[in-house]
Amino acid sequence: MQSDEVVWQVINHVHCSFKAKMQTQNFCRNEYNVTGLCNRSSCPLANSRYSTIREIDGTLYLYMKSIERSHAPKDLWERVKLPRNYGKALETIDKHLEHWPKFLVHKNKQRLTKMTQYLIRMRKLALKMKRKLVTMPAKEVKREKRREAKALTAAVLDKSIEKELLQRLQSGTYGDIYNFPVKEYEKVLAMEEMEPAGEESEEEEEEEPEVEYVEGYEMEDEDEDDAMEDFAQGANRMPDSEDDDGEQSDEDSDESEEADLEASLRSKKAPKVPSKRSQATPVPVGRKKRRPHVEIEYEEEREMESSHV
Amino acid sequence: MGKRMRDDEEDAGEVALRKAGMKLPSNIKNKHKRSAEYAKVRAEKIKEKKQRIKARDTAERQAVELGETPPPRQVPKTIENTREADETVAQPDDEELQVDDGVDEFSGHFARAQMPKLLITTSQECSSPTRKFIKELLTVIPNATFYKRGSYDLKQIVKFAKNRDFTTMFVVNENRKQPNGLLMIALPEGPTAHFKLSSIKLSKKIKGHGKPTSHMPELLLNNFTTRLGHRVGRLFASVFPQDPQFRGRRAVTFHNQRDFIFFRHHRYIFEEKEIKELAPVTIGVNSDKKSRKAAPKTVKKNAVVARLQECGPRFTLKLQSLQSGTFDSKYGEYEWVHKPDMDTSRRRFFL
Repeated sequence: MQSDEVVWQVINHVHCSFKAKMQTQNFCRNEYNVTGLCNRSSCPLANSRYSTIREIDGTLYLYMKSIERSHAPKDLWERVKLPRNYGKALETIDKHLEHWPKFLVHKNKQRLTKMTQYLIRMRKLALKMKRKLVTMPAKEVKREKRREAKALTAAVLDKSIEKELLQRLQSGTYGDIYNFPVKEYEKVLAMEEMEPAGEESEEEEEEEPEVEYVEGYEMEDEDEDDAMEDFAQGANRMPDSEDDDGEQSDEDSDESEEADLEASLRSKKAPKVPSKRSQATPVPVGRKKRRPHVEIEYEEEREMESSHV
Repeated sequence: MGKRMRDDEEDAGEVALRKAGMKLPSNIKNKHKRSAEYAKVRAEKIKEKKQRIKARDTAERQAVELGETPPPRQVPKTIENTREADETVAQPDDEELQVDDGVDEFSGHFARAQMPKLLITTSQECSSPTRKFIKELLTVIPNATFYKRGSYDLKQIVKFAKNRDFTTMFVVNENRKQPNGLLMIALPEGPTAHFKLSSIKLSKKIKGHGKPTSHMPELLLNNFTTRLGHRVGRLFASVFPQDPQFRGRRAVTFHNQRDFIFFRHHRYIFEEKEIKELAPVTIGVNSDKKSRKAAPKTVKKNAVVARLQECGPRFTLKLQSLQSGTFDSKYGEYEWVHKPDMDTSRRRFFL
């Protein structure tokens, strides 16, 4: 007992490794301290008879120290496992610390309460969803950014989207909506990919000079119905022009008209299609097909009919 | 003068130079003279390249004139054409693939069983950049609704969504007020895909952007080659309705390039345009210099082109993990997870 007083004098006034001095208070970092504060009655080093509660892996133990064993540091602390039931644990403490000073008993019970509470909370939290925090090493972030930029340039996005859309148009996915006689025209992009441009365009050159014998109108698309209705008055005439007689006599005029036709097609500029309308209603893309300005003369000297653009 | 210390790493060129008694530019200590030497070397290289190209072009032209096929041009190596061969590349005629497609989680959607219904929510924090992004997403994707996150667990939200007949769920995750992740959960039993979200550009910031209509968009899925990519492509397709309205001319694109999925939203239009092309070289005829010079160099052709106007947001996704079943990070079975040692090879891609 005398040595306790001496120990405390030294620890308090000279130096204690476990003492943590704060502005308002002194704390004790010793694992066996019951309260955690640096006091004469709380110091495990300066009290030969002392007890604490410690938690190891979720179970609570009561540790006790007495003067009889103070010469043998290895066997100094006696350990008792406390039951998981809080009430029973309290009774155990009462039993083991029966004739001990009230201060220690009280503080031990307080510590037990606190520890059971935080253990309950830990178990509840473990059941809940925890957000996983992931590190983002700066090196990797930079690398990803760089790779993304290069991937973006490698994916020539606009061109590839346009190409895909044109492929869909050619394969007929859009059906009747657009009136391009796509087979006659060729994709520019596809052209670029082919072997020396010379070979491809050579074939075309040979085709064009061929003289084609066609009717007055080029009736290629199916949705000419509205056009047909327009010319309902002259509709009776149409079948006549398909007769052999009609055609043969029109041959000469047709040939010259054919040449005109080609010329008009080549020099025609792109029609004014409304491109940047932002309407709720769809823009009628199925605009009227550009018909060549062709005048038809019939043998029977009927009214001249002309198509409109 | 003693023997010069040989550098073990001399290459053949340097050895030749040394034997010829010429100094290596890198050994000149004077910076001005050294850079002058290097400039000479570079000029030499440029001259050589020009000569090579000229020779190649004349050889091609001669071959075409003679009617032979010209020698094939060298194809430059790109990362795409030196990509590591992947055995999981999905072939279009693969029976197993077709069978799998018939019974996977999306087969119902593709069989037009129901209209897709999308639920968008966020992580616990939702700042204004995230809200703006979600607002844009709601304009792009038809039949989508936003719900605030509250304090529900994701598993609970999945249950609620299933009860209300949603088909897909998006969870936009954010970090430091910027959206950085997208979790896509396909709902009845679907796979959960986690993507890194980056490079978000809202429509306001896009120059010349258009306003999208409310037609059903057309979907373009480019470059999803492997089995995993095919599955991810189907996941994207399950978000959009199966009946596009072509008259609306709206196209939504998911383009995969080197495992980065670029999302774009366009309005398009087809036009006939006059294109100028190089005049074709006819065999044999007009091959002498005089008539070649007289002949027209370009020829006008009519072609159909597609023009695009971008509307709506632009962002990039990168697949982090694909888990079968709905969200369950602890006990779920992961089909694919990105690990750092997958990044070691620059020619290996997984989608």
